[in-house]
Amino acid sequence: MCLAIPGQVETIDVHGHMATVDVLGVKRQVNVSLLKEQGLSIGDWVLIHVGFAMSKISADQAKEQIQLLEMLGEASEAMNEVRGYAFSSEDVRSREGYHGPQTS
Amino acid sequence: MRYVDEFRNPQLIEKASRELHAIVEPDRVYRFMEVCGGHTFSIFRFGIQHLLPPNIELIHGPGCPVCVLPMGRMDDGLHLADEPDVIFTAFGDVMRIPGSRGTPLELKAKGRDIRMVYSPLDALRLAQKEPERKVVFFAIGFETTAPSTALTLIKARELEVKNFFVLSNHVLILPAMRAILESPDMRIDGFLGPGHVSTVIGVRPYEFVAKHYGRPVVVAGFEPLDLLQSLIMLVKQVNAGSARVENQYSRVVPWEGNERALAAMAEVFEVRPFFEWRGLGFISQSALKIKHEFAPWDAEVHFTLAGLRVTDPKAAQCGEVLKGVLKPHQCKLFGRECTPERPVGALMVSSEGACAAYYQYTWQGAAGE
Repeated sequence: MCLAIPGQVETIDVHGHMATVDVLGVKRQVNVSLLKEQGLSIGDWVLIHVGFAMSKISADQAKEQIQLLEMLGEASEAMNEVRGYAFSSEDVRSREGYHGPQTS
Repeated sequence: MRYVDEFRNPQLIEKASRELHAIVEPDRVYRFMEVCGGHTFSIFRFGIQHLLPPNIELIHGPGCPVCVLPMGRMDDGLHLADEPDVIFTAFGDVMRIPGSRGTPLELKAKGRDIRMVYSPLDALRLAQKEPERKVVFFAIGFETTAPSTALTLIKARELEVKNFFVLSNHVLILPAMRAILESPDMRIDGFLGPGHVSTVIGVRPYEFVAKHYGRPVVVAGFEPLDLLQSLIMLVKQVNAGSARVENQYSRVVPWEGNERALAAMAEVFEVRPFFEWRGLGFISQSALKIKHEFAPWDAEVHFTLAGLRVTDPKAAQCGEVLKGVLKPHQCKLFGRECTPERPVGALMVSSEGACAAYYQYTWQGAAGE
């Protein structure tokens, strides 16, 4: 819950509410509406908490955060969390590596 | 110096550690509290204490939301799962919190419909998919997660989802800090301010700690170097007799916080008159209740909650550990009756709790040497 997971923005919807974010190769929808003032654009990096992007960070900071999660031994937990976001699309449940409500 | 080789920037760490040793005044003791459970975990995982002069003492604060949730509140929530039409949802770390009748995981094994979600939005979506069932989201967390719950409730209203309910256990960090500062046995010289909570609330709200209580606050990042730099900033302030709020983690934390997140919280939540914290007791104005405008989605309005109070075993000394009066291993139950596998007290429940982190990285390590 308190994990801050870095991801890179790939697409943003027209309302600026949801974005497709790449987290170490895994693509997920996250809510980005809290970062409207920061002017989020494609290629930006964000820190994600429980499915919501909470802050915009630099690429270097994103790299640091990934290394920190690895050093803390929480990288796999972070990946499970990101894979678990089920609100993105209908077919999420059938995807490989999904560890969300149905299977755990 | 354990772990020092695995740091990304070992030279900088050693330099910071040397600087700390050089600036501390040998005849005084510096007691600093890290408020955030993420910091506690980082401090133990990296063995930060080994990089510090012996007269800097780190006190592990109340910032682990899983740890401070009272058992009665967990029981109230799990009671809802007894109703056959209810799906109880919560984050993964809630699944291991013991209630009187067991953890959510154990009750799930006994046939209750209890599901782990990674985001409150997942719980809302589940409600849309299962319109015949009532989906309850057991919300916990500080200001880091409260905006997410708020935005999910706003979304539920917008989509007119009628079978989604939130049981709010959201708590606020500042009243907990104030309660600790008001405690008569308080012995803290300064605070490492929480990193992620501050991305939401900003840095300004800590000013009362400096102004009214004369204690410095440095909002800190989570890397070993962040922690050491923040401690250097605290020591310099204490040596100079000053008490100011500083932001070491400015690369992520804006001074003003996140206005949209604060606005969403203000739209959905109001402050409760008081709320119970495990280990600290009742703290006034320390938690968030769902506002009347969102009553149709408030589990406390829709369901009848027993309002259970389960007191922690008297022998558990969580409160003393939280206030820094005792070290984790000085509690009578530590490592005997109370272990991470079978936690008795709050601080043993999550890896971000002081006792669990101490048990895993310091005590077991020492026992093995």
